Amino acid sequence: MHYLLLIYSNEKEIAAMNPSAIASMTAEYTEFTKGIVQAGQFKAGDRLKPTSAATTVRVRNGQVATTDGPFAETREQLGGYYLVDAKNLDEAIAIAARIPGARLGSIEVRPIWPPQT
Amino acid sequence: MNASIRDQAFEEIFRREAGRVLATLIRLLGDFDSAEEARQEAFIAAVEQWPAQGIPANPGAWLIKAGRNKAIDRIRRDAVFRTKVQGRETASVEADAAAVVEEVDDTAFGDDRLRLIFTCCHPALSGEAHIALTLREVCGLTTQAVARAFLVSEETMAQRLVRAKKKIRDAGIPYETPEPPLFNQRIQGVLAVVYGVFTEGYAVTAGSRLVDAELCAEAIRLGRLLDELLPGNPLVLGLLALMLLHDARRGARVSAAGDVVLLDDQDRALWDRAKIAEGLALVDQALSIPGQISPYAVQAAIAALHVRARRKEDTDWPQIVGLYEVLLRLQPSPVIELNHAVAVSMVDGAARALDLVDSLRARGQVSEYHLLHAARGRFLQQLARPTEAREAYRTALDFATLEPERRLLMARIASIGGSPFGEDFRD
Repeated sequence: MHYLLLIYSNEKEIAAMNPSAIASMTAEYTEFTKGIVQAGQFKAGDRLKPTSAATTVRVRNGQVATTDGPFAETREQLGGYYLVDAKNLDEAIAIAARIPGARLGSIEVRPIWPPQT
Repeated sequence: MNASIRDQAFEEIFRREAGRVLATLIRLLGDFDSAEEARQEAFIAAVEQWPAQGIPANPGAWLIKAGRNKAIDRIRRDAVFRTKVQGRETASVEADAAAVVEEVDDTAFGDDRLRLIFTCCHPALSGEAHIALTLREVCGLTTQAVARAFLVSEETMAQRLVRAKKKIRDAGIPYETPEPPLFNQRIQGVLAVVYGVFTEGYAVTAGSRLVDAELCAEAIRLGRLLDELLPGNPLVLGLLALMLLHDARRGARVSAAGDVVLLDDQDRALWDRAKIAEGLALVDQALSIPGQISPYAVQAAIAALHVRARRKEDTDWPQIVGLYEVLLRLQPSPVIELNHAVAVSMVDGAARALDLVDSLRARGQVSEYHLLHAARGRFLQQLARPTEAREAYRTALDFATLEPERRLLMARIASIGGSPFGEDFRD
């Protein structure tokens, strides 16, 4: 089963991190990603630019409306994701708990519908 | 056999076997809904066939086989439907059916029920869902009975169950007993659910009834089942002991008029000696297992000291204070602090206990907990400070929701001399 692991954290806290903390966090992410690639669980994963770079798009009555920023103001923002293949929710939870960002913010574990045949 | 007696006999078997049959059918068929449907069909088949054939020697195995056969029929029918109507080839169907047939001879009932319990108590489900699913799927209570126990409509409960089962399916919650080290973490959740069922029955949180004996009995049944499936587990032994020792006093906790009877005033002859004997043996067993001490076992040991005392004067309060201190180290909580203070009042007197409760109150976490104010009132009364005692009891009354508890508080206020409400002009 495929799960999307959505990494949420407070952007301001991340932005305020000192260079050595950033370096060690980056190293941890590299290590973690390598681990799930080797285990055959990794499908995709990316880091997102901050919400200051986000644009929200809506189409109403055929008109495209764009607004600055994310859809909702929240304390924690989506900062990245992994798409993983896990046997079940317990395995997905175990992977999520190893994401370095889980110690700073939170990881939302979302199962993905299998493709329609 | 008389038809109604026969129906009753069937009913009892269905009730006893429901959880076990469902647990195995879920493993065989892969999901709750198909398993429930198959079980229902198996019960219908039993009602049709047992009167003529007699009740089989192993009704559980019979029902599982019948349920499995009905499910295979359905898989085949669906396959024919898909092939004919939708023109789709379903070569795997016969293989699916064959796989189901093969696995039915594995009669690992126990393992299946344990899997079911862990699935129903999975941390990805809400607390409400844990209790509802456990009572419905593991204990085999009807949706109506579960709804009644939680004072919600049958429709609300049915929706809650549907949502929970959808979450299990959609989120991929495994139908598995977790392996260590996850097991040690998850078993705590399972026991919390069982104890939650018990406390909901033992200290009903709203309304006029004080004890729901049926919920207490279900929780004890679950405790026994866990003890059977996980023999020698100190956490399980401790919890089962605790529930039995509390439940043993049930008959003495409420008067004929439905009033609360506090431990001190209980008629000890009404305590259930068989449950006490069983509970005491289990506490000893739980505490004799080396390793981490289970908080349930410590609570059970406290309950054991109460029930061991033939008269209330014989209660070993110094040891109870010591056990509460152990419990506070294992599992700090304001409620335990309050109970500790009450025990301290029996050893060192009300003044020291009042200090403890006031320090607890000053931290503000439990300022709306009626029993904190009731305990303060009692200590103040013992210290001959009636005006403050009355004030504390009135505050307790503001936060108490159960009618019998409110009546007890009003009686306390009356005993000091005063009206339970507002200013009292007799002062």
